[in-house]
Amino acid sequence: MPPPQDERPPRAGRRFVPGPAALVPILAVVLAFLAGSVLILLTGFATVGHLDLLLPVTAYLALLQGAGITTDPAQATNGLVNTVVQAAPLVLGGLSVGLAFKAGLFNIGAQGQFLMGALAAAGTGAAVAGWPGPLAILAAILAGCIAGAAWGFIPGALKAFTGAHEVVTTIMLNTIAASVVGWLVTGPLLATGFSFDRTGDLGNATLPILFGTRNLHLGVLASVLAVPVIWFLLWRLTLGFEIRTVGANPSAARYAGMRPAFLIVFTMSLAGLLAGLAGSMEILGITHFMNASYGTSVGFDSITVALLGRAHPVGIVLAALLFGALRAGAGLMQIKTHIPVEIVDVIQAIVLLFIAADVIVRFVFRVRTGHGGLAELQTVTKSYGEGAVR
Amino acid sequence: MVDVAPALEMRGITKRYPGVLANDRISLDVRPGEIHALLGENGAGKSTLMNILYGLAAPDEGEILLDGTPVTINGPSDAIARGISMVHQHFMLVPVLSVADNILLGKETMANPIFLDRAEAHRRIVELGKRFGFEIDPEAKVESLSVGWQQRVEILKALYREARILVLDEPTAVLTPQETEEIFAVLRRLAAEGHSIIFISHKLYEVLAIADRITVIRRGKVVGTRIPAQTDEDDLAELMVGREVQLTVDRGESHPAGTVLEVDGLRVNDDRGREAVRGVTFAVQGGEILGIAGVAGNGQDELVEALTGLRKPTGGRVTLAGQDVTNQRTRQMNEAGLRFVPGDRHRFGLVLGFPVDDNLVLTSYYRPPFARGLLRDEDAIDVAARRSIAEFDIRTPSEHVPASTLSGGNQQKLIVAREFGGELKLLVLDQPTRGLDVGSIEFIHRQTIARRDAGAAVLLVSAELDEVLELSDRIAVMYRGEIVAIRDGRTADKEEIGLLMATGNRDAAVATAGSPG
Repeated sequence: MPPPQDERPPRAGRRFVPGPAALVPILAVVLAFLAGSVLILLTGFATVGHLDLLLPVTAYLALLQGAGITTDPAQATNGLVNTVVQAAPLVLGGLSVGLAFKAGLFNIGAQGQFLMGALAAAGTGAAVAGWPGPLAILAAILAGCIAGAAWGFIPGALKAFTGAHEVVTTIMLNTIAASVVGWLVTGPLLATGFSFDRTGDLGNATLPILFGTRNLHLGVLASVLAVPVIWFLLWRLTLGFEIRTVGANPSAARYAGMRPAFLIVFTMSLAGLLAGLAGSMEILGITHFMNASYGTSVGFDSITVALLGRAHPVGIVLAALLFGALRAGAGLMQIKTHIPVEIVDVIQAIVLLFIAADVIVRFVFRVRTGHGGLAELQTVTKSYGEGAVR
Repeated sequence: MVDVAPALEMRGITKRYPGVLANDRISLDVRPGEIHALLGENGAGKSTLMNILYGLAAPDEGEILLDGTPVTINGPSDAIARGISMVHQHFMLVPVLSVADNILLGKETMANPIFLDRAEAHRRIVELGKRFGFEIDPEAKVESLSVGWQQRVEILKALYREARILVLDEPTAVLTPQETEEIFAVLRRLAAEGHSIIFISHKLYEVLAIADRITVIRRGKVVGTRIPAQTDEDDLAELMVGREVQLTVDRGESHPAGTVLEVDGLRVNDDRGREAVRGVTFAVQGGEILGIAGVAGNGQDELVEALTGLRKPTGGRVTLAGQDVTNQRTRQMNEAGLRFVPGDRHRFGLVLGFPVDDNLVLTSYYRPPFARGLLRDEDAIDVAARRSIAEFDIRTPSEHVPASTLSGGNQQKLIVAREFGGELKLLVLDQPTRGLDVGSIEFIHRQTIARRDAGAAVLLVSAELDEVLELSDRIAVMYRGEIVAIRDGRTADKEEIGLLMATGNRDAAVATAGSPG
């Protein structure tokens, strides 16, 4: 007799909300905050000279307040907007890394793809600054997407046709991207009339700010739209089924008549596009130009976001919002408690540590089930040099 | 009853897993010098019981007694220390290391705290081998040994650790009939020296041939204990499955109707670039089952991969239903009417983490009704999955649970349901019943014959000689990449085929038997 309808476990990925798979990531975050409070205690002791046991609570409350979790409407709006703006590029970056995970690829190259996207958007934006607004914006975004996609295509093609491991090639391409930025910004894309090396003004290619806020730019919309698009691709299209199959079992994908080589190139290109899109949005919406030593950690933070979100689009949004909130609230925390903003980087790193070493989390919280096993980590730790994909 | 304390007694062992009662008050006793067979279908609870014995799982209830003394076994090293050793179905050997190194691994014989005492280890290995009727060169690399000899290395490893109770999990699954006889001789010798052996199997005739007593387990319970003299295959099969089972399927007459698959001078390299298939020529007609017999590793894998588009041949031609498919991709071969049950179902046949319904459309997901344009039609996939689950009796709580949660037999039924359905011209079956229980084997054999009778050409590759003999209308023997003989399936002689498998030549067989490698 078949069990009643409601008892049947739903298809994985079909539901839009994460299930028990979220357990380990959530507990990892809890542990990271506990570890962070120890650091806050020690920092407080080092600066003030005595141990203030309430300091972690005060600091975290200030952090929350800065991130918009407060009753003051003005402060709340401001904080929430900051959280969202900080989270937006992490969503796209997280989707980039997460999508690659689904295909069994570890895209460490989100950083380079982000930089190339930002550079292309900055250069193109400056070149089309006089075009009508929508056209200029579209052209700049398109250039950013293409540049990012190209920076993903290269390691994808190298992997598919020569077997070169994407971890190695994307790390190298990250370095190359940083150098390309330095060269183009001081050379072909250098704008005159500024006291330092930078690209030209964006003019009409600048993204509009929404709802009269200080910094909620239109680019945030791209992050909001990308989430259902990637979800739809992965779970509704046959192409997504192929991507997931290649990621879960490449041999079975070949047996099923799929083309792993094509899928790897496609997925890496799309992953690059997402990271490139994130880079364009940062330039067109926030910094408005690129300088020779453009610094960002979005590409690397995206890896943490993807792992914490377990490569699921919704999980990635939640993880990105968490890290966005940390960044948005860190300033107020420093002002109120003199705990340096860098503590949030430490917390973020500890989260990654606990995700990677999930055995610790399972031990501390007595998690017994195997359901929380992180398949993405197998992609991360998979041995190199498996040979070319036939 | 003999008045000696059993070497091993398991009393009232109960083990519950969420939703499953894996062992339900199982009691088992093994006397010194006894070969005790444990018979049961996959999922009956044999593995759970042995895992409890080996300390890999703790029983919820019940106790284990060694020589009459209750013990608690906390893990494999504890089990080994107490003289319990396990020879797994998949050997746990390091291929690039020598026999001696493999045996020493985990229980090193030391000359001093830093260096191994190799001389002493060698002496003991040779001595043990002599005692039990097989001499082996301790310096031989394991990868250079045949499967039968690798198994002896596993047994030696256990003996070296002074095992008194040996558990052998499906030890004959990978052996030729001759090798099986040889390993049986070794086991009898071990028993004669007072070792207790637990022999896990679901091959009924083997159990009858080797065991002193047979305990049958079904659904976590002991359903009977028999002495070979007082039972037979039918009785055991009925105990094991819980209903009357037809052990040999009546294959009936074949009605060959036109060539479907034509293989002409096919040459295929293996992963290391060596020629594994060396100019193979044969044809399979519609309505006919051609069985390929051979010891594993004689080029069957490469042949099957070349015929299914997974591996590019280096020479020769493959024609499927009149169409040259020699360098075609798997997808095009599928479209030409090929269906394929792969030998390694976990590597090729399934995506274990995916739900059952996704696995059921693994090779047809891109076609209507499962896809509309670029979109997946999950309702159609669900409906078809529920139909397949009912039709092929796949035991699963739902079509949405991961394929990894199914038993081996049900996983294989899933693959069979996927590949046997719909229009097809050629069915390639690679080890279709490996590791399956009697009930599932019967089911898959029936389905195979039904597809043949419906006009499909069937190419059956199996290391299980009995299966090839039972199903095939014609039998081709493969040896070192060549087909050395083709025999009529109804008149083939098992001994002759066995010799051809082992030597490629029935006359040379006697000369080489008994030497390692």
